Amino acid sequence: MKKLLFVIPICLLFFSNISCANSAAEIRNEKTVLLREEVLPNGLKVFILKDRSAPLAVFQIWYHAGSANEQIGKTGLSHLLEHMMFKGTRRYGPAEFSKIIKRAGGIDNAGTTRDYTFYYQKLSPDRIHLSIELEADRMRNLVMDPEETLSERDVVMEERRLRYEDDPQNLVYEEVVSAAFKNSPYRWPVIGWMQDIKGITRDDLWKYYKERYVPNNAVIIVAGNIDVDSVLAMIRKEFGPIPKGPDIRELKIGEPEQRGERRVFVKKEAELPYVLSAYKAPNVLQKDSYALDVLAGVLSGGKSARIYRSLIDEKQIALSAGAGYSNFLKYPFLFYLYGTAMPGRSIDEVEKALYEEVEKIKEHAPTEREVQKAKNQIETDFIMGQDSIFFQAEMIGMFEMIGDWRLKDKYLEGVREVTPGDVRDAARKYLIEDKRTVGILIPLKKSE
Amino acid sequence: MYDSRFTIHNSRQLVRIFILLCAVYCSLFTSAYALDAKRQVLENGLTLLMVERHNLPIVKVTVGIRAGSLMEPEDRAGLAGLTAALLTEGTKKRSAAQISEESEFVGASVGASGGDDFITVSLSVLKKDVSLGFDLLSDIILNPVFPEKELNKKVKQIKGSLKAREDDPGFVASKIFKSEVFGKHPYGRLTAGSPETLDRIKRDDVVKFHSALYVPNNSIMSVVGDITPEEVSGLLERYFSAWRAKPVELSPPEKPAEIKKKKTVVIDRDLTQANIILGHIGISRDNPEYYAVSVMNYILGGGGFGSRLMQNIREEKGLVYDIHSSFSANKYGGSFRVSLQTKNESANVAIEEVLNEMKKIMNGKVSDSELSDAKAFLTGSFPMRIETSGRIAGFLVAVEYYGLGVDYVNNYPGYINSVTKEDVLEAAKKYLDPEQFILVVVADKEKASIVENKSRE
Repeated sequence: MKKLLFVIPICLLFFSNISCANSAAEIRNEKTVLLREEVLPNGLKVFILKDRSAPLAVFQIWYHAGSANEQIGKTGLSHLLEHMMFKGTRRYGPAEFSKIIKRAGGIDNAGTTRDYTFYYQKLSPDRIHLSIELEADRMRNLVMDPEETLSERDVVMEERRLRYEDDPQNLVYEEVVSAAFKNSPYRWPVIGWMQDIKGITRDDLWKYYKERYVPNNAVIIVAGNIDVDSVLAMIRKEFGPIPKGPDIRELKIGEPEQRGERRVFVKKEAELPYVLSAYKAPNVLQKDSYALDVLAGVLSGGKSARIYRSLIDEKQIALSAGAGYSNFLKYPFLFYLYGTAMPGRSIDEVEKALYEEVEKIKEHAPTEREVQKAKNQIETDFIMGQDSIFFQAEMIGMFEMIGDWRLKDKYLEGVREVTPGDVRDAARKYLIEDKRTVGILIPLKKSE
Repeated sequence: MYDSRFTIHNSRQLVRIFILLCAVYCSLFTSAYALDAKRQVLENGLTLLMVERHNLPIVKVTVGIRAGSLMEPEDRAGLAGLTAALLTEGTKKRSAAQISEESEFVGASVGASGGDDFITVSLSVLKKDVSLGFDLLSDIILNPVFPEKELNKKVKQIKGSLKAREDDPGFVASKIFKSEVFGKHPYGRLTAGSPETLDRIKRDDVVKFHSALYVPNNSIMSVVGDITPEEVSGLLERYFSAWRAKPVELSPPEKPAEIKKKKTVVIDRDLTQANIILGHIGISRDNPEYYAVSVMNYILGGGGFGSRLMQNIREEKGLVYDIHSSFSANKYGGSFRVSLQTKNESANVAIEEVLNEMKKIMNGKVSDSELSDAKAFLTGSFPMRIETSGRIAGFLVAVEYYGLGVDYVNNYPGYINSVTKEDVLEAAKKYLDPEQFILVVVADKEKASIVENKSRE
């Protein structure tokens, strides 16, 4: 509760994919051993992690089927399909999936991102066979009843209203991303534009499902205190007979060079103005991303970091402010600065003060101690994260979706090697005025 | 703040705790899972709870102090939260900047947050830095100096945040709902206070509040992780020996009045969705029917896709993305609420359906399968909800505060499994009221055009 009232360093959030402390460091007395990696003949990739200390088991299945794989006019397709995956197969009726899991004392859910869609269940280890049977069933036997489809489309439209239409800062984010990119399919929101969601048909969904929900486009991760051999045997039995689908072509994404700052405005009923300034930045596959991650930490890894200290504590011009970096994506995305003005202060002041902090780093590299602190935060957060078996499985899945789960270790090593000079150089190279897109929320007051 | 935009982003249901029990996420461990918690009351009156977990080199500490908003005067609402928030803003030994620098440098976190029944101070630290962690923890609990300058800054920030949160229709609806249900009782207001009451708070109020309540005999500490009881006792000796017992003279107010009334509040905003909360007074945590209520609420609207509200209003009618009901059971009272969001134009239909489901569960027994599904989930899902050392630490403090007993984890399945269909019906009849309720709607007033229909008049 109290945390919500003040600035939340974004790095503290569990699923944060951006910023200083989002994940990963190798853990020295690691008790989790990656026991098995196997590829079934139909192309399905399987990872089994055994952790004896975990009180529960996790099943995750990841499909390379994110919003980046959609077409103009059909945005939101991946996410709506995620919803439809719960609406019944030839064997089980609508909503039966979740009911079976709950009846077993389990929890299930799913998520869609720009790159992938994933489904998961948390269960007692002796019930993990339920996940295996049910996920294999819905990989091939979905019904997609036309009426159910229409009704679920309405549900997703409500979701969009909840998350975007009525959330002024999220609207700014959506505007900034779509203005920052001209060509990259990352420019549209994962949930899709409202007009597109309205127009998605059962046929669109069916085609996408048939094309992408195939074993050779999926990765399974099972983790927890489980019997590795019997889990693998069950997976082979249930998923093995599913035929391989056609090969899926990798996206080729190029983005034309940006030659000047872009600025967008959102006018909406709101209390306080807000600024989000986003710079094109490389993803984790590029070496520079390690230094940018540390830079995000130096700028906004907590109350002792530069942005909090300057904008919130000393100048008291911002109610919240920080930096963030989305690097765990398959293709290059964005590095951000953001701030909400303190009542009575202007958003220009906040924006300028954010840039001042960046300029200072471009001028003089941060101190050794600041850099070490940011690295320690990344490392510690990763160790703490290991307490959740879900997090451990998620790290494997996420890196596997980007390219290879081993990238996790490469990333951690890379972060450890970053020097203050690297941080300064990264700021100079990427945080450039002409390459940024700035969004400003202009609050409107409801006319009486 | 950006997490939801990137990863879990569009997950198909908001992950909700089905019943909000002031962080007491009570359920059981499956037979294979046990929680070996050691409890002792120290000489200075501090209740200490410990669980050893050596899976990772980390230590998590939660301290619960009976110094929540229950204990603050009405005209100084926000005092309890402000006192907690200021713990990290300067001590006899360290400035605010030193506290954050020292903890953040090692990737640790130490901080406090307000609450109505109790406030919590927490520490998260790697084993190798556990001494520094306890040093910081004791420093902020025992020696805060509450500098005037930091107080003014914090008040300004809280006031700013209150303003910013007005942009969140769910927050606005909840704020009004609480105040209508509980009136002037502390449960009826925000722990943050209001701009008016915050302005009245002087440094002296904070100092006195701290000195009266932040005492060991008024506190519960849990330590969970890679640490032995011997190590804990050494750390306490070293860093907490100056924490002495002292009689607590402040007492919480009378229980909130259980007034039943009917009222509709509509707040006009430029929104595409109506944010709706419908509910009324509920039960306190010590109510013997708590477990019957838990089962009943699970079936009504606490059970996500296993619940009737979700089935009817989302799955069949496509009117909402999220709908759920909850009993929030505090020490001295509680509330029941159904929350949902739907496009302005469907507000009336959705409200009607909520009331129908409430009436339905009051007028007929639940089915065998509904009952057994609810029990299976409630008793079977526990490990999911206290998977990590951090979660366990918070859970232990709540179990102690609400007097549930150290063996609560073992007893819970029995409590749930003994609930019968008759108990569920009884609980519904007794604790749901589809006639006398508070309805709060934050919406585009014209488009939503909330009607006072027959069942509501």
